[in-house]
Amino acid sequence: MSNINKVFANGKAFIPFITAGDPNIDVTEKLILAMERAGADLIEIGIPFSDPVAEGVVIQDASLRALNGGVTTDKIFDMVRNIRKISNVHLAFMTYINLVFTYGTQKFLSTCKELNIDALILPDLPFEEKEEVLDECKKNNVSLISLIAPTSNERISMIAKEAEGFVYCVSSMGVTGVRSEIKTDVGEMVNLVKKTKNIPCAIGFGISTPEQAKKMAEYADGVIVGSAVVKIVEKYGANSEKYVYDFVKSMKDAISK
Amino acid sequence: MNKGRFGIHGGQYIPETLMNAVIELEEAYNKYSKNPEFIAEFNDLLEKYAGRPSLLYYAEKMTDDLGGAKIYLKREDLNHTGSHKINNVLGQVLLAKKMGKKRVIAETGAGQHGVATATVAALMGMECEIFMGEEDTKRQALNVFRMELLGAKVHPVKSGTATLKDAVSETMREWTARVADTHYVLGSVMGPHPFPTIVRDFQSVIGKEVKKQILETEGKLPDAVIACVGGGSNAIGLFYDFINDKDVRLIGCEAAGLGVDNPKNAATMANGKLGIFHGMKSYFCQDEYGQIAPVYSISAGLDYPGIGPEHAWLSDIGRAEYVPITDKEAVQAFSYLSKTEGIIPAIESSHAVAYAMKLAPTMSKDNIIVINISGRGDKDVAAIARYMGVDIYE
Repeated sequence: MSNINKVFANGKAFIPFITAGDPNIDVTEKLILAMERAGADLIEIGIPFSDPVAEGVVIQDASLRALNGGVTTDKIFDMVRNIRKISNVHLAFMTYINLVFTYGTQKFLSTCKELNIDALILPDLPFEEKEEVLDECKKNNVSLISLIAPTSNERISMIAKEAEGFVYCVSSMGVTGVRSEIKTDVGEMVNLVKKTKNIPCAIGFGISTPEQAKKMAEYADGVIVGSAVVKIVEKYGANSEKYVYDFVKSMKDAISK
Repeated sequence: MNKGRFGIHGGQYIPETLMNAVIELEEAYNKYSKNPEFIAEFNDLLEKYAGRPSLLYYAEKMTDDLGGAKIYLKREDLNHTGSHKINNVLGQVLLAKKMGKKRVIAETGAGQHGVATATVAALMGMECEIFMGEEDTKRQALNVFRMELLGAKVHPVKSGTATLKDAVSETMREWTARVADTHYVLGSVMGPHPFPTIVRDFQSVIGKEVKKQILETEGKLPDAVIACVGGGSNAIGLFYDFINDKDVRLIGCEAAGLGVDNPKNAATMANGKLGIFHGMKSYFCQDEYGQIAPVYSISAGLDYPGIGPEHAWLSDIGRAEYVPITDKEAVQAFSYLSKTEGIIPAIESSHAVAYAMKLAPTMSKDNIIVINISGRGDKDVAAIARYMGVDIYE
């Protein structure tokens, strides 16, 4: 097991996502450190994929900007090596199975271990296919995060039973992106998980404001925010550090009250 | 490793949000595909609506001109809506209706699958939305209007390369957003299980008919059957009934665009590597990090960076061969068949014709080749004119 339990030791966890390499890898490095200072409990580093089928337009565009800027999996690993010289912040990689598979599952995950990565999130690797990477994850102390969706229903207990680290509760139908309203009964989703296994639950997809975050935190152990962070980076580019810091701080404050 | 494997290929690599939908689809398919009433209803539609069986035509002038094997054309271009796509769509939309779905969505490349889906949705009273790469909406503007005429809403997809792969991604995203009342009519033998199996089964009517027709006409099986391959549905439809007939060569023709050594190609078997994308493990054109390559072909229907998992497996075990055909060769074949037989093939199918033109002269007059003319070429006339430097507009 990784150290991921500690992510949830500091009250409700705030988990921001950022697309690595947008606008460039040096800025990503600074933003990760800024998010740590602002109180992020775990930071999801998105390794951009050319064809991210689970992402809405905000993260699709960010992925494209990053890839057009020349970022690669190796450059992202190098950036995390730099971070590790000065920070022990909890980190997860979020990407698509093809990038792990093509890099070499063994090589990808042993690098995760070297970089002290707590978790791996692969939105196109459902329960039925997790053997693709599970052994290597276990060998390298990386939690393979299980996702549950509003359509999961009776699958929730099956998934929760074998879940590690935390369960990623997808709050809305569809792809990632900012939503004005979240209609799913996430409380019930979390309850179904907890009935099966005492494991932290973090809610993601569609959350963008401190008010939404606060509401979601009432149901769960943590809140994941992606597109809203990426939108700030889209707007302010190389000058996003201050804005990202302020946003993450406002979100962490909101769920800590 | 779970369900829907062809050797190491296939599987179900999709977001959790869609898992119950594909499980529900698999259960429904297992139930209805063995149900005599469903089978009768499907066959009735194939016969009375699509116009099956399609002809197996002896291309005598082409045979004489090439001076080798006897060439037969399987005329899928004569089906209602002008391509083989209708076979699969009739099956899937009928199944969706049995499942109680009210709405169908589909991706389309050249527009053939979109037109077929819009057509059957109109027939069966389903709501229909089609996702088509913006680039393809320009290449195939007439088909866009045709789909709208049939009552479908067409969404131009701007993401990525704005072609077929992006249309597939966008349709998957749409399905994720609205899965309860919606069926995704996937147009090829790709995507997560059970799609590669369902689509293959619905398309296998092509090969079954060919076998019956050629035995009636020639009293023996063909030496080679040839089809174009993008995702590979018309090819697997032709191949499937011949897989156990080991003396029949199965030849898939993929789009080599400007050439397999030029970055502008879509030749997955020639250039692809094992990967996992669009729900399946198979071969994909991609870079060293697994980023999917922006592929290219003159043919919107073959302009796809992957290939169906069953084809990947047939290639692995050496049962089927896959050959690259360039834009130039396909366009020459397009003109050749038009002038020689008075049949204008789709630019996709022209890839198969092009390979037959190379192969036939190397074979003896006792040999038989069957080419699948998967679609008609009317949709391509304006694009081919532009390729040839003739400035006409649709």
